[in-house]
Amino acid sequence: MSDNILEVKNVVKNYADHRALDHVSLTVPKGVIYGLLGPNGAGKTSLIRIVNQITGPDEGTILFDGRPLSENNIYDIGYLPEERGLYKKMKVGEQLLYLARLKGLNKEDALEKLKEWFIKFDIKTWWDKNVEDLSKGMQQKVQFVATILHQPKLIILDEPFSGFDPINANLIKDEILELKEKGSTIIFSTHRMESVEELCDYICLINQSRKVLEGRKSEIKQQFKPNTFSLDFTGGLNGDNTTFIVQKSRTDTEGLISATLEARPGFSSNDILKELVDRVHVISFREDMASMNDVFLKSVKF
Amino acid sequence: MKNILLIIQREYLTRVRKKSFIVMTILGPVLMGLMYAGIIWAAISSINQKKIEVLDQSGLFRDKFKNSSSYVYEYMKGDLDGLKNDLKKSGADALVYIPANVFEQPKSVKIYSEKGVSLEVQSRIEEEIENEIENIKLTEAGITRSTLENAKVKVSAETISLKAGEEKKSSATAASIIGGIAAFLIYMAVFIYGAQVMRSITEEKTSRIVEVLISSVKPFQLMIGKIVGVALVGLTQFGLWIILTTAIFAAGGRIMADKMQKAPAAMTEMQMNNMPPEAREAMKDQSAVADAMPDILGAVSTLPVGTIVFCFILYFIGGYLLYSSLFGAVGSAVDSETDTQQFMLPITIPIIASFAIAQIVIRDPYSPLAVWASMIPFTSPIIMMVRIPFGVPAWQIALSVTLLIAGFIFTTWLASRIYRVGILMYGKKITWKELGKWLFYKV
Repeated sequence: MSDNILEVKNVVKNYADHRALDHVSLTVPKGVIYGLLGPNGAGKTSLIRIVNQITGPDEGTILFDGRPLSENNIYDIGYLPEERGLYKKMKVGEQLLYLARLKGLNKEDALEKLKEWFIKFDIKTWWDKNVEDLSKGMQQKVQFVATILHQPKLIILDEPFSGFDPINANLIKDEILELKEKGSTIIFSTHRMESVEELCDYICLINQSRKVLEGRKSEIKQQFKPNTFSLDFTGGLNGDNTTFIVQKSRTDTEGLISATLEARPGFSSNDILKELVDRVHVISFREDMASMNDVFLKSVKF
Repeated sequence: MKNILLIIQREYLTRVRKKSFIVMTILGPVLMGLMYAGIIWAAISSINQKKIEVLDQSGLFRDKFKNSSSYVYEYMKGDLDGLKNDLKKSGADALVYIPANVFEQPKSVKIYSEKGVSLEVQSRIEEEIENEIENIKLTEAGITRSTLENAKVKVSAETISLKAGEEKKSSATAASIIGGIAAFLIYMAVFIYGAQVMRSITEEKTSRIVEVLISSVKPFQLMIGKIVGVALVGLTQFGLWIILTTAIFAAGGRIMADKMQKAPAAMTEMQMNNMPPEAREAMKDQSAVADAMPDILGAVSTLPVGTIVFCFILYFIGGYLLYSSLFGAVGSAVDSETDTQQFMLPITIPIIASFAIAQIVIRDPYSPLAVWASMIPFTSPIIMMVRIPFGVPAWQIALSVTLLIAGFIFTTWLASRIYRVGILMYGKKITWKELGKWLFYKV
């Protein structure tokens, strides 16, 4: 047993003409939602396939729950690939049963669990329908059930929200949070920064086959904060300021001024606020935080 | 292992439960039966009486054209031009003009008609006139027709193979029929079920389910499960076909036999007369076959039936495994069925070639070509099945089967190397060189 469900150490993966992963190491603690970010072609899918044992690494090791990844671990992992796919001409119920049994469940357990999910998602009438008769969103739901039915310790979701309408996206989001509550770890690969913002506890950013960033989301955001402050005030703020520089300001019709202040080196928010209080009437003052979008763009650009 | 069984089960059940499978399995033998019934019915019912006028200026053919249920002859008098003009009014189908000098110039016979005459009518009249002139010439030479007929002999040799010192009656005809059917069935099976494996692998790839599956099972297990599942479907379908076909033909044969007994012999006679000479020859051959039928059945019982059945199942499975894994490799390499063409050719060539070689082997099952072709795994399933009814030494069968097993282990290995790469490779135009590289990829 280990505190980390997954440890990837120095993994290298080469394809015929390029290196998909270049000495990538990362650590996924238990019971968190872990965001695997990166632009297209960065190597995320290669990494996910290695963890799923669809392919093997050329170099490096992978530990699952403290032990080297083995064949039996496929029963502990649930995988939702980015390119969704089901047997089109197979009935929904039968298909889910088949996929669950391939993941090691016996028939009775699988049926039991399926019934729960069909009730939970209110899709009881779908059991005898062919997959091709369902809409794309419905198929996604079916596939989500297939991914998590065997209650895996580690759930890998590649772009889980693509193809869902906002209502169903919310439903899936709640499910993901509930799975986390129940103790599963979720690795979650996406381009959509707002869902990272909302869900992830940890993030890892991969760019051009290399790991660029890894850590707690809050710490990374701290690290990337722009050191600027948003200020609304009335009055005049001309002349020299000792603790800050006014980056930009805008006056609205009521005489309210909104400004962005950049701290001079060595001064904290308190120092700035002290100076401001003496000179203007402060209406609001707030430290700017880095959005995940900023973090992503800054790290990828260099 | 548990997963392979699950895959086999799914592949088998989804196919067997399909409507198309049920329809094809039941309809196949019914269609065959209907086709034969249709041919027989058409032959019986297409009789249509024709009226033919004859103007015989030679006087040699008086009463020689015999009326039958399909032809009515009427001897005319008068001049040719008048009759030609009256042809339409008289309602006759044709007017045959036999000039006075027909004996010297047989090519001067003419047939006139409004609508044109069928080949059948023409050849029938030609034949009547030929026969008559022949008869006259024979009589002049002092030979009667019956003397001539008696001089003709039909030979049907009985072949006896000497094996292990014991004299064994065998029939080359029976052996070639059995061998031919067995070879054809294997040929069909390889194509039908091999293509099914290929199509279904491409389908899994394009529907992207394959990535979900191989996160649960090894690609090799998935491929083997599919191949075995389809093989079981094939055996089920063939088994049902054989049972149903036998049942339908047995029932049909009973009905036909009843009809035949009730119908007067003249019926067949009439049919015979109604046919063009070529068809009549064919009929005679057939009736010769029918005469020989009890002999053949007798001969079949002397064939190594046990060996044939056992080897058929062995070569059916072996040949299917060998080729279907290759078909599967092609299916995994392409993005859609239309792209399979370029890779299919090298696979289908040996199958088609062995079917062509089979035609030669039937005639000489012990030639070096036959022996070699029955050893090479790519041709042996079809060729060996042709040879076995003629009797093949046990060591040759053993060697051929061993080579076949080695062959399909090799093709399965080859296919699995391509498969594991191919199923995850999208949107790439695949070349032969590329496929070669895949064999040595580390996955």
